[in-house]
Amino acid sequence: MTENDTALSVKAPSFLDYAPAPESTSILHLKKHYGLFIDGEFVDGRGDSFTTISPATEKAIASISNANNADVDAAVAAARKAYDRTWSKLSGADRGKYLFRIARLVQERARELAVAESLDNGKPIKESRDVDVPLVAAWFFYYAGWADKLDYAGLGPNPQSLGVAAQVIPWNFPLLMLAWKIAPALAAGNTVVIKPAETTPLSAMIFAEILQQAGLPNGVVNIVTGAGDTGHALVNHPDVNKVAFTGSTGVGRAIAKSIAGTGKKVTLELGGKAANIVFDDAPIDQAIEGIVDGIFFNQGHVCCAGSRLLVQENIHDEVVDRLKARLSTLRMGDPLDKNTDIGAINSKAQLERIHELSNIGEAEGAERWTAKCDMPQTGFWFAPTIFTNVSTSSRIAREEVFGPVLSVLTFRTPAEAVAKANNTPYGLSAGIWSDKGSRILAVADKLRAGVIWANTFNRFDPASPFGGYKESGYGREGGRHGLASYLESSGWATPAVTKGGKK
Amino acid sequence: MTIESAIALAPAERAVTLIGADLTEKSLKLHLEGLSGVDAVGLEKRAAGLGTRSIKTTSKAWALDTIIKLIDLTTLEGADTPGKVRSLAAKAVLPDPGDSSTPQVAAVCVYGDMVPFAAEALGSAWSNGSDEGINIAAVATAFPSGRSSLPIKIADTKEAVANGADEIDMVIDRGAFLAGKYGIVFDQIVAVKEACRRDNGTYTHLKVILETGELNTYDNVRKASWLSILAGGDFIKTSTGKVSPAATLPVTLLMLEVVRDWHLLTGEKIGVKPAGGIRSSKDAIKYLVTVAETVGEEWLQPHLFRFGASSLLNDVLMQRQKLTTGHYSGPDYVTID
Repeated sequence: MTENDTALSVKAPSFLDYAPAPESTSILHLKKHYGLFIDGEFVDGRGDSFTTISPATEKAIASISNANNADVDAAVAAARKAYDRTWSKLSGADRGKYLFRIARLVQERARELAVAESLDNGKPIKESRDVDVPLVAAWFFYYAGWADKLDYAGLGPNPQSLGVAAQVIPWNFPLLMLAWKIAPALAAGNTVVIKPAETTPLSAMIFAEILQQAGLPNGVVNIVTGAGDTGHALVNHPDVNKVAFTGSTGVGRAIAKSIAGTGKKVTLELGGKAANIVFDDAPIDQAIEGIVDGIFFNQGHVCCAGSRLLVQENIHDEVVDRLKARLSTLRMGDPLDKNTDIGAINSKAQLERIHELSNIGEAEGAERWTAKCDMPQTGFWFAPTIFTNVSTSSRIAREEVFGPVLSVLTFRTPAEAVAKANNTPYGLSAGIWSDKGSRILAVADKLRAGVIWANTFNRFDPASPFGGYKESGYGREGGRHGLASYLESSGWATPAVTKGGKK
Repeated sequence: MTIESAIALAPAERAVTLIGADLTEKSLKLHLEGLSGVDAVGLEKRAAGLGTRSIKTTSKAWALDTIIKLIDLTTLEGADTPGKVRSLAAKAVLPDPGDSSTPQVAAVCVYGDMVPFAAEALGSAWSNGSDEGINIAAVATAFPSGRSSLPIKIADTKEAVANGADEIDMVIDRGAFLAGKYGIVFDQIVAVKEACRRDNGTYTHLKVILETGELNTYDNVRKASWLSILAGGDFIKTSTGKVSPAATLPVTLLMLEVVRDWHLLTGEKIGVKPAGGIRSSKDAIKYLVTVAETVGEEWLQPHLFRFGASSLLNDVLMQRQKLTTGHYSGPDYVTID
């Protein structure tokens, strides 16, 4: 049977060329320039402003203030003042009210937030609309519920907030990461200075408007925009009690070093190279969907992406064939089109990094297959790509690509699957596909990863803790465990020790 | 013997070739249980995802006409009369009297005893065995329960064929299937297929109704679909319309996946017919999207995909009028029945 005979190789046909269905941007009332959000007000940054662009068109969206050291000082001071005078004095129930209010406003302005996010990040509107923004609201709702129940968080009675939290978040899920950071911090009674990534500050600025709308006391949340220098100044600020970072392992390592010995509490959510393990008894069609969700969701810009497919040898060819057929139906293009499955790569730098690693993959002898997608003329694009014949020593099987690139490896026994899955410096997530429940449990038990999905992938829930092993960082976000990262036990859990070490 | 050369064989012999063993209850069971399982959460998630495709203007115009061409306009009531069937046939020929560019439906679907009235009412519009025109589909085999002996089911089928039915919609024995007696189901489908043979040696098209609402699990739907195709069904159909839930998008997606896998294995193209419960154009378009993105657009033809529906047509006609005139009319601007 030649390829032409199969209906699976979908060629540019009439109906599948759905007429464009772009989400209107008229709902967005963007300012030409956004300043920093400090002490409840938008103020101009003292550094040179920079421009945020749409990665799909490379067109400028707005100019953004750059925060220098003095701005960071001002933001931390505002957070400290708000912590001392208001936020730490409020009852949990009252903090909860503000969080509920924020959650409802996020829902109210959901469409606007989704459009802003897709415009600035390049991710399909389908994902920002159906995944990101609903989860943002869910995160605030969830932690709003915890605000007056901290005594039941498992840290003993009356756990204490830490103070001012410095939070630095990445560009792959700008608004969702903001929610992951801010919601538990506020619920636990901390105040916040947060820095969004320099390529995706837009939704944070709209979020700042929401905070004003919600009447959140001034200074409880401060947003400083800028690049690495701003982040560096923020996490190293002496008046910060807690550092939370999501991003690359390299930066995470630098942060860990720089704050070592300062007494600051820290959580790091870093890179990943997740194994997605498919056994031969897996529900095959759903496994294919799960592989697609695992690595092509958000153009693969997901730290927990299932970038290493470990497939049982006897079904390797079948899985790869089905995967290629499925990828041929993916639609790449305008992120604001409701029918777009694959959006733009967030930045030119990231696109170059993906090209570089893919070229290395080819040079190392792996077989490259790329879905035939119509590539837009402007913007940053990378078509979904699969590498087969990948060996465990290949760089594309070891390094995080952070793009729509899947490496396929095989295994023969469950033990081999576990060994290969764990053979990575990372350990953020993993997936198991099998119809056999006992096998799923047995394998999950042996995998060294913070999150393990069974017969699904890349699903998030505010009640479920998320975090990694090894170079994927430490600390957990989400759930009760996420609260622990922003609280200190009041001493109930540790035996009383008097000065001088005597009991 | 290769799989390709097995296609020309009678269903039972072909099944033997594919299974690679004698056709026993046990070998059938082993074969069906060897099929990949279905994860309900994942299947429903995928179906929901396909349901979010946004269809605008030009695609929508094409989709609406395609839906009409794929409809089996159906009346399957105990209270059916020749008069009701005549008015159904008239609507099948001229769905929208105000717009002659409206396509005709694929078929009218009636009880076996109503076939002569349908044929008479369709007149020259009746395909009568040719590739052009409107087919008459007749339900048979003790529809909708399927609870009668095989000789009666065969007689039921033969009568409908003799009356001139172009297509037979049979029901499977769900009781036997749920009891794990796959051989009985297989044999019955083979026997009914044989009863579909006309005097001139040609066969009427056989649609096998799985009644997925009674099969209950997606794994069962997958097995029943595969079994029906193995036994020689030309079409697999979700439901009789008498049991709730009738057609759903996840079930239809699953059946399309079976059809796609069968096509990959044998090169043969099997049709799929969701029936019952599809009432709006919006819903029907979700099915078109699912077909196009699962087996390919090639399947969006009457010999490979059908909607079993009675009230869907009116909604499509109203949407079509909206598209051509720019205004919504209302239920009084399309005909009932």
